[in-house]
Amino acid sequence: MTTIPILEVRALRKHYPKVKAVDGVDFTVPTGICFGLLGPNGAGKTTTIEMMEGIIRPSSGEILYKGEPMGPRFKNEVGIQFQSTALQDFLTVRENLKFFSNLYPKNMSVDELIQICSLESYLDRDARKLSGGQRQRMLLAIALVNDPEIVFLDEPTTGLDPQARLNFWELINRIKARNKTVLLTTHYMEEAYNLCDHIAIMDHGKIIAQGSPDHLLSEHFKDVIIELPEQDFPQAAETIPHRRLAKVNPSIEISTQDVNKTIGELLQAGASLTGLQVRQRTLEDLFLELTGKELRP
Amino acid sequence: MNLRRIGAVIYARSLEFVRDRSALSWSFVMPIVMVVGLAFIFSGDGQPLFKVGVITDQPPTETKSEPNPNRNLHPFLNTQHIDFYTVPTEEQAAAIKKVGRHQVDMLLDLRPNQMHYWVNTESPKGYFLELLLKGSEGTKLTQEIVKGEQIRYVDWVIPGILGMNMMFSCLWGVGYVIVRYRKNGYLKRLNATPLTATEFLLGQIVSRMVLVVGVSTLVFTLTNLFMHFVMEGSYLDLLVVLVIGTFTLITMGLLVASRVRSEELSDGLLNLLTWPMMLLSGVWFSMEGTNPIMQWLSQLSPLTHTLTAARAIMLDGATLWQVAPHLLVLIVMSVVFLAIGAFGFRWTTD
Repeated sequence: MTTIPILEVRALRKHYPKVKAVDGVDFTVPTGICFGLLGPNGAGKTTTIEMMEGIIRPSSGEILYKGEPMGPRFKNEVGIQFQSTALQDFLTVRENLKFFSNLYPKNMSVDELIQICSLESYLDRDARKLSGGQRQRMLLAIALVNDPEIVFLDEPTTGLDPQARLNFWELINRIKARNKTVLLTTHYMEEAYNLCDHIAIMDHGKIIAQGSPDHLLSEHFKDVIIELPEQDFPQAAETIPHRRLAKVNPSIEISTQDVNKTIGELLQAGASLTGLQVRQRTLEDLFLELTGKELRP
Repeated sequence: MNLRRIGAVIYARSLEFVRDRSALSWSFVMPIVMVVGLAFIFSGDGQPLFKVGVITDQPPTETKSEPNPNRNLHPFLNTQHIDFYTVPTEEQAAAIKKVGRHQVDMLLDLRPNQMHYWVNTESPKGYFLELLLKGSEGTKLTQEIVKGEQIRYVDWVIPGILGMNMMFSCLWGVGYVIVRYRKNGYLKRLNATPLTATEFLLGQIVSRMVLVVGVSTLVFTLTNLFMHFVMEGSYLDLLVVLVIGTFTLITMGLLVASRVRSEELSDGLLNLLTWPMMLLSGVWFSMEGTNPIMQWLSQLSPLTHTLTAARAIMLDGATLWQVAPHLLVLIVMSVVFLAIGAFGFRWTTD
């Protein structure tokens, strides 16, 4: 077991004339884990990941790959999927894979790529005529052509339908099973919770929390959430601290550390418990808790 | 530098071009239609007058660019509807060649110790002029026969049409396409691979080179089957000119593409380059006798040098050595364009 982390980021900054896109970020990505970089739109996730990929030059700070500054071997050993990528026109999926394979000294076999990314049904189709999910799978295969040690995935499931997203998670798990390090950005908390061993939440160019998802939740929340429809919430219960959620069916949200006591109070106030739900805190709650709920400029 | 990576770029780019049916057919059909159309339009004889060159010691009567010879030299010079013009003695050889090509109908040498005339016995106009000359009074001139095929406008213009097609294909096929790749993020994706800028650019150059040289050769060969162009020089020399000229035009496209971020700007820049080049490089008409500033400007266009060299080989039977100055200019231009283009190349739009 090596103790040198595959990637290490120290005091990383990227300042543009009017924005501090990334403003002093430190974290470590141990070999073989799935690391999630989370944050709202404009938090600086893409700028951070693109600096780590060697695409954008940092204003200051340090990025270490296997304990050393990025050298010429870096590009040979990493796989990258950008948020949006255009390819050449008029090439099929197979031709694109072949083209990118030829750019690297070491390759994963085309058969393996097809199997990992489930490409068999549309291998000979023009790459411009793929559905969103098919296209993302092809782009993932392109990121894997050199059998990389670390794969960077920038919002790979944004814009996919729920089924395509679930399929994509499965592919990421297949990659993890091959002991590859995965660095993923996303703004879907559910995705981070399901895939990532370690997450860092970014906002305004800074990291505001990091750790394993369960650790972060237990660190920030000791409570659970009780939710019930607004019409079931009587006047008499207004004394219990609560929050109104404006949804199609408006509801009341109560945060509590003692479920029995709160439910007793609700019954006493004459509330109906037919529509009541009790749920654990999620990363979604943590995300909103940390980044705030106000509209962003 | 990695040949496998360059090969991959060449293959992918060529596939893209060959599968783009509209672009492919355009680059074939346009020049063929133009050659055939122009041959048809100019199939009649454009010059109503007989044209006769006169070599003489006497000063010309008027001081114009093509001064009239002194009419007292020989009574034949008083014949009406004939355009007599003075030929300087040092241009005698060129003028004799023009008689051979039917560009000039007759050449007279009226220097006292010479007294010859040159005529192409295959030319109908030459035949009538000879009859007129014999019927005129004055000193009897001795006949010198020149042989040669007639040079039609289409023989002169074919390098121009192919050159124009090459220019569009090189400038847009490289300049515009690379800017598109940059704008849609494809270059950024390539930058994330081990591919270097030099390898990428070399791949683009070679792919375009093969396509443009191939298309031009094919169009020339096809049209030659039924137009039978005049060819005084060597086809191999012509191919060398084609390759060097194409290379220069491609590097010019790279220069435009090296930094530009928007397709609109590259489109504008390419138009800004191609239109003056099309007008000033002698594509449609000879730049001889035009304003000196225009002639000077035309020397800045790589197309001028390509066309001049190609015409010299085709029409005058020049050798590569004789057109070497033009080729040298082209090579110097490409080195400069390539150096600036590769040095200033950027992958992303940031």
